[in-house]
Amino acid sequence: MTLLIAFTLFTLAVFLGLELISKVPATLHTPLMSGSNAISGITLIGALVSAGADHSTLTTVLGFFAVVLATINVVGGFVVTNRMLSMFTKRKKRES
Amino acid sequence: MSRANVIDLGYLVAAVLFIVGLKGLGRPRTAPRGNLMGATGMLIAVLVTLVDQSILSYQFLAVGLALGIAIGALLALRVQMTSMPELVALFNGFGGGASVLVAASSFIEINELGNSTGQIAVAAAVTSLVGAMTLSGSMIAFGKLQGRMTWNGFRGLPIVRILVALVSLAFAVQIGGFQPESQLSLWLLIAGGFLLGILCAVPIGGADMPVVIALLNALSGVAASTTGFVLDNSLLIIAGSLVGASGLVLTQIMCKAMNRSLFDVLFGAAPSAVDAGDDIYGDQVTSTSAEEIAMLLEIAERVVIVPGYGMAVAQAQHAVRELMQTLHASDVEVSFGIHPVAGRMPGHMNVLLAEAEIDYEHLLDMDQVNPTFKRADVTIVIGANDVVNPAARNDPDSPIAGMPILDVDDSRTVVVVKRSLSPGFAGIANPLFIADNTLLYFSDAREGILEVTKALTES
Repeated sequence: MTLLIAFTLFTLAVFLGLELISKVPATLHTPLMSGSNAISGITLIGALVSAGADHSTLTTVLGFFAVVLATINVVGGFVVTNRMLSMFTKRKKRES
Repeated sequence: MSRANVIDLGYLVAAVLFIVGLKGLGRPRTAPRGNLMGATGMLIAVLVTLVDQSILSYQFLAVGLALGIAIGALLALRVQMTSMPELVALFNGFGGGASVLVAASSFIEINELGNSTGQIAVAAAVTSLVGAMTLSGSMIAFGKLQGRMTWNGFRGLPIVRILVALVSLAFAVQIGGFQPESQLSLWLLIAGGFLLGILCAVPIGGADMPVVIALLNALSGVAASTTGFVLDNSLLIIAGSLVGASGLVLTQIMCKAMNRSLFDVLFGAAPSAVDAGDDIYGDQVTSTSAEEIAMLLEIAERVVIVPGYGMAVAQAQHAVRELMQTLHASDVEVSFGIHPVAGRMPGHMNVLLAEAEIDYEHLLDMDQVNPTFKRADVTIVIGANDVVNPAARNDPDSPIAGMPILDVDDSRTVVVVKRSLSPGFAGIANPLFIADNTLLYFSDAREGILEVTKALTES
C-alpha cells in the first residue's frame, strides 16, 4: 500500500466517522464511547502478529503485553456496552 | 483463493461491520445490534489474522488472549454503573498502550530486518507519542475519578509541559527525518509522550472530565490508526480513524455544552476558583424540610428532576426512581432534565437513570427541557450546581458566562438537594440558591430523596 493510498483511506474514514456520529442522542453518548473504544482495540490484530512472529524475545514480549491490553480493551468494551444497552431496553420490553 | 486474499477479504467484511455497527450505535433502537455487529467484525478480523503466515508460534497468543478475555469480561461484568467513567478511562488507556507496544515491537522488527523507511519511522513516532499520552492521561483521569488522586500540579507546570513537548517533537523529527533506525529515540519518545500525558491531565478539574474522557477516546482511535501506517494495514487505519472522528465529535459536543474551547480545557484558563466559602450567601438562603417538599409535590402537576454528579456520588438513582413512581401513582407528570456535561463523562446521568430502570423517554436533553421549565410546578435539582447556575446567562463577568445552562429558575419552585453550600467544581457562587423561588434542602442526595418519598407516602 502506498502512503498516498493509506492517507486516502485515513481521510475518507475520518469524514465517514464524522457523518456517522453527528446526531447521536445524549442517552447513547456513553455506550457510543465504550463501543467505539472497543473498536479502537483493533490494534489487537497488529499485536497478534507481533507476538506470534517469533522475531526476537523483545518483540515477542512487547507483542504479548499488547495482546493482553488490546484484548481487555476489545472484550471489556463490547461486553460493558452490551450491558449498558440492555439496561436501556429492559424496561421497554417489560412495558410492552 | 490465496491466504493473503482471505485475510484482505476478512478485513473488508470487518471494516463494513464496524461502519454499520457505529451507525447503529447512534440510535436507541438499533444500538444493541450495532454493538453486536462491531463485536462480530472484531471476531472476524482476529480469526483471519490468526491464519497469517507470519504468525509462527501460537502459545503466547493463546495465553495473552485468554488473559485479556478473562480480565476484560470480569471488569465489564463486575463494574458498578456509578464507576462507569473510571472503566471507560481505563479501557481508553489500554487501547492507547496496546498501540504503543505494537508500534514499538513492529518498529524494532522492521529495523532489524533492514526494511526501515522514513515513512514507517514517522508513523511509529506519532503512534508512540499519541498512544503513550493516551495511556498516561487515562491513568491520571482514572485516579482523579476514583478520588484517589487530588494532585493538581505545580506552579511551573505549563512551562515544563512546553519543554517536554518540544523535546519530544525533536525526537520525533530525529527519528522521522534523520535516523529511522534509532531505537533509543523511540523509547525516549514514548517516555516523553507518557510524561506529556501526565502533565496535560494533572491540572484538569472534575467538571472538565467529560471533555477529557471524550478526547482520550478520540486519541485511542488515532493511535490505532497511526499504528495502521506502521504495519501497512488498511483495517487499522479505517477502524482507528472512524473512532478518532467519532471521539472528536463527542469532544466537540462536550466543549460546546461548557462554552469552552478544547484549548482552554487542556491548557489552563480554568475558571478561577473564588474562595468564598459559605458566607457569600449569608442568610438569604431559604432552607426546607422533607415534609415541606412533600407538601409542594402533592399539589404539583408537573415536576422536573435535574440530576448532577451529586446523584452519582450518593448512588441516589434508585431512590430517585422510587420518588418518580410515587409521584406517578398520584398522577404527577415527571420528567428529567439532563445537561450534556452533568456528571463526569458524556451520558453519565443517562446510564445511571437507565440502571435504575427509568425509561429513557422520560429523559429530556437541554434543548427539549428548557422551554418546559416555565410550566413546571416544582423542579428538584439533585447534586447539580454549575449546570443550573443562572450567572452563566445573566452575569457577563462570571467565569462561566455564556455556558448553556438548564433554566431551572423559570419553574414556580426550585428545590435544591445539596449537602452543603460549598461552591461547585468551577468554584463559582450560584445566585440560584438565594433566588426567591428556591428552597434548599441540606441532605445527602440518596437519604434526602428517600425522606421526601417517605413523607409523600405517609401523608
